Amino acid sequence: MRHIISIRDLDRAEIDGMLDHAQALQERRYDSEALKGRLLGLLFFEPSTRTRMSFASAIARLGGDSISMDSVEASSMVKGETLADTIRVVSGYVDAIVLRHPKEGAARLASEFAQVPVINAGDGAGQHPSQTLLDLYTIRQSMPLDGVTVGLLGDLRYGRTAHSLAHALSLYRATLHTISPKGLELPSGLASELRDTGTDVIEHDDVQEVVKDLDVLYVTRIQRERFPDSASYFKVASSYRVTPELLTGVRDHLIVLHPLPRVNEIDPRVDHLPYARYFEQSANGIPVRMAMLLRVMT
Amino acid sequence: MTKEKNAPKGLLISPIENGTVIDHITAGEALNVLRIIGITGTTQESISVATNVESGKIGFKDIVKIKNRELRKDEVDKIALIAPRASINIIRNYKVWDKKGVEIPSEVIGIVRCPNPGCISNTNEPIHSCFLVQPKGLRCVYCDWLISKDITSHII
Repeated sequence: MRHIISIRDLDRAEIDGMLDHAQALQERRYDSEALKGRLLGLLFFEPSTRTRMSFASAIARLGGDSISMDSVEASSMVKGETLADTIRVVSGYVDAIVLRHPKEGAARLASEFAQVPVINAGDGAGQHPSQTLLDLYTIRQSMPLDGVTVGLLGDLRYGRTAHSLAHALSLYRATLHTISPKGLELPSGLASELRDTGTDVIEHDDVQEVVKDLDVLYVTRIQRERFPDSASYFKVASSYRVTPELLTGVRDHLIVLHPLPRVNEIDPRVDHLPYARYFEQSANGIPVRMAMLLRVMT
Repeated sequence: MTKEKNAPKGLLISPIENGTVIDHITAGEALNVLRIIGITGTTQESISVATNVESGKIGFKDIVKIKNRELRKDEVDKIALIAPRASINIIRNYKVWDKKGVEIPSEVIGIVRCPNPGCISNTNEPIHSCFLVQPKGLRCVYCDWLISKDITSHII
């Protein structure tokens, strides 16, 4: 039985295989009844709009169906049921489970108790492999992944998407420039682990220092709750805002990505520039998640 | 350290007839070794512990003698995390019947608590903590947290 829990579990050949498959799916080369009669369980213990809807969309396009919990408040979790028991029960209802949970490692635990494949759709500050795959897929639509120079901007300490992406990019000999507010830097353990793989990781205080050298600018949200008060949040957030002015003189092929939702990190005027790819990135969630479902359910 | 000329001679801890002697434990780790192999104040075994004993091999060492219990290999390998140079002597009839070193296991289950408060292994789920032993330290199989130093302080 195959699960997809962490990008760390996948080697480069497996990732490339899934990205190739996603591309074929996006070109509408697929059997729209490939998962006919199969049922996907969407277990979201945390709010999500796009991940949940895109998995529901992905299974529907392949002829399958999905069911989901109404809300955490209505679930047995509030009665004190363990996740292990919930997973064992739901395993009897569906053919695969997509899980989002606030605790790190929840998807790994689920895979130990499930009788059906589990896909991790985000576990706390941990892994979110479908996001990483669609990030890689979006970069690959514009340029080869090998040797790409990527700037990671924003909250790199708690941002799970940045961690997973950094790890995946290390498989492609990428150069990583990290730009984050003080206290929200990439965890030192992760940075040294990346360097051990031969990946260049260069830290910066100011995005302007490096923006002209980038192929990809990956922006993540700086969460207000990480700051002691609103004033210090606004001060930091404004200095990490991507604007048309910041992007003056960048490489022609630069792409700007963001896992969304964005708040103030990217000026809406950037949406109209050729560099903006975050909405395409979001739409790429469908073929990528279709490829993931086909991988574990067939 | 000088020894007094006329000090009475005697054994620091007496030999055991049957059981296990764990020698060359990193100085100061004897009590943690006992914790790891599950010997606490409520167990029945007769135990002798010597700490900070001079050793020609490692400077200072701790020694633990456990009467009438022969530790299995999987039990003793767990202590390799904090006492990698320890040697295990199985004693039968006052003689060393078997002597072996410790090998660091590939995974450590139920011994170390994950320091990450957000990790699912720190909840009421029916699982034991589980770490992979890697060159840089112990990596939690659930949340990927790496314990790279001071492993002793995370022992359950």
